[in-house]
Amino acid sequence: MPTPVPPISGADTAWMMASTALVLLMTPALGFFYGGLVRGKNVLNTLMMSFAALGVVGVLWALLGYSLAFAPGGPLVGGLDFALLRGVGLEGGPWGAIPQLLFMAYQGSFAIITAALISGAVVERMRFGPYLGFIAAWSLLVYAPVAHWVWGHGWLADLGALDFAGGTVVHVNAGAAAVVAALVVGTRKDYGRQALLPHDATYVLLGAGLLWFGWFGFNAGSALAANASAALAFVNTLLAPAATLVVWMALDGLRLRKVTAVGGATGIVVGLVAITPAAGFVGPTAALALGAVAAVPSYFAIAYRSRTRLDDSLDVFSAHGLGGIVGALGTGVLASAAWGGADGLLFGNAAQLGKQAVAVLAAGGYSAVATVAILRAIALVAPLRRMGREEGIGLDVVQHGEEAYARGEGAVLVPPDALLPMREVATGPLTLGAAEVA
Amino acid sequence: MRLIIAIIRPEKLGETLEALYRAEVRGLTVSGVQGHGGELERVETYRGTTVKMGLQDKVRLEIGVSEPFVDVTVRAILDAARTGEVGDGKIFVLPVERVYRIRTGEADESAVTPQPVELDDLLG
Repeated sequence: MPTPVPPISGADTAWMMASTALVLLMTPALGFFYGGLVRGKNVLNTLMMSFAALGVVGVLWALLGYSLAFAPGGPLVGGLDFALLRGVGLEGGPWGAIPQLLFMAYQGSFAIITAALISGAVVERMRFGPYLGFIAAWSLLVYAPVAHWVWGHGWLADLGALDFAGGTVVHVNAGAAAVVAALVVGTRKDYGRQALLPHDATYVLLGAGLLWFGWFGFNAGSALAANASAALAFVNTLLAPAATLVVWMALDGLRLRKVTAVGGATGIVVGLVAITPAAGFVGPTAALALGAVAAVPSYFAIAYRSRTRLDDSLDVFSAHGLGGIVGALGTGVLASAAWGGADGLLFGNAAQLGKQAVAVLAAGGYSAVATVAILRAIALVAPLRRMGREEGIGLDVVQHGEEAYARGEGAVLVPPDALLPMREVATGPLTLGAAEVA
Repeated sequence: MRLIIAIIRPEKLGETLEALYRAEVRGLTVSGVQGHGGELERVETYRGTTVKMGLQDKVRLEIGVSEPFVDVTVRAILDAARTGEVGDGKIFVLPVERVYRIRTGEADESAVTPQPVELDDLLG
């Protein structure tokens, strides 16, 4: 049935272009958040795991991922109508009064950061090439279908599961992938034997601050319009992490007698994750409550996890997986049709909580299984990690031939021709030509 | 008394400290240094500028020990810091004229004799 094509709204288009840029900034921000948490010899590699997703996932999203997520198709995956951006033009449509091309770009920035989130589970040992292969395959085989289920008129949308900005699609999805990726790739060489400390807590705070800034585009942009729903999501994105931060600092103070900076930064991210699925569906006081509650499971999961053999190095599951679960289930409790979406448990609709649970289990379960399959397949072609001494030297030097904090002392300049013996062949005729001119 | 100076790979510091701890060697100084031990030079490239890193990061340990501890200290470092490849570092054992422990004024052998670490000292 043909739907009337809405006219393009200038206000909506302006807000969605700004939102796309905001969400795009979250990936470098995540790189700094993660980069500060690793040792100095691995910071460039950790940053590049995020930055590389901007390229690899960005290109694949345009070529195929967008179509698999949002083209008309079945309940499980979209079709190929929008492959290679065929027919993706400047008209409005079911996505709102904005050009479809802009909708594609906005959703692409989500695919990029979701893949980059997983890197926190495998930092400091996974080889860069297999990592690129992994995020490429994962963005097409896991992210795109799950996005289709929830936002592309797939089966979870038909079921009525609520996910305003990606609690299940982004955070439960990435959190589940992170756990199994950490298990398949294995623990770091020194894990459990030596203290593996954040090398720069200031980067962690800088990254958390920039993530919060970008998250206004992530949540308020998910209204896909400059309207009241966007304003609600915007304010909730301010309030929920504030509540999480306060509770997190209180837990730190009670447990350690000191409020830690790395803990505070983590608390902000957990609060942002938790409010993501609920942002446009709950009122501001409910957002404060959701943010406050979300601090507790993630806080204790992080404290417990480091004593186990699960080297989810930067606690992607504890922060994003658990935060996403609390947010998705919390949406089923606190959602109110008066603010948007549907009523939750507190407003007499207990069934909504069940739908939310189905969405969490489906996204997490599929992501975990598919992530194992992708990593095992890549491992058949190339080893997933650096072993022993190379891991000891650090991935910046071994994988990228660079150091983050190079002093340059004792560095000897290598003339270009010493590296390129082929150049002799190239300069032959060139010299001849110069002689002829003379 | 002897002063043992060891130059080792930074990535071997953790294992070396653990080995020294197990050998009951207490009291040492660690500093980050740069040096060259004949290993292959590492090539790095920054925006088209390619350099050979002639100096590698190393860690320098200084440990003052009494005679009975010289051999166990050297053996602990030899075992823990070795990878078998060029660039593992060196251990120097030097004679020492005098040593004082500043806190108590004790001199020589009694100044480098390991003392049991009190939990209260660690927690300040």
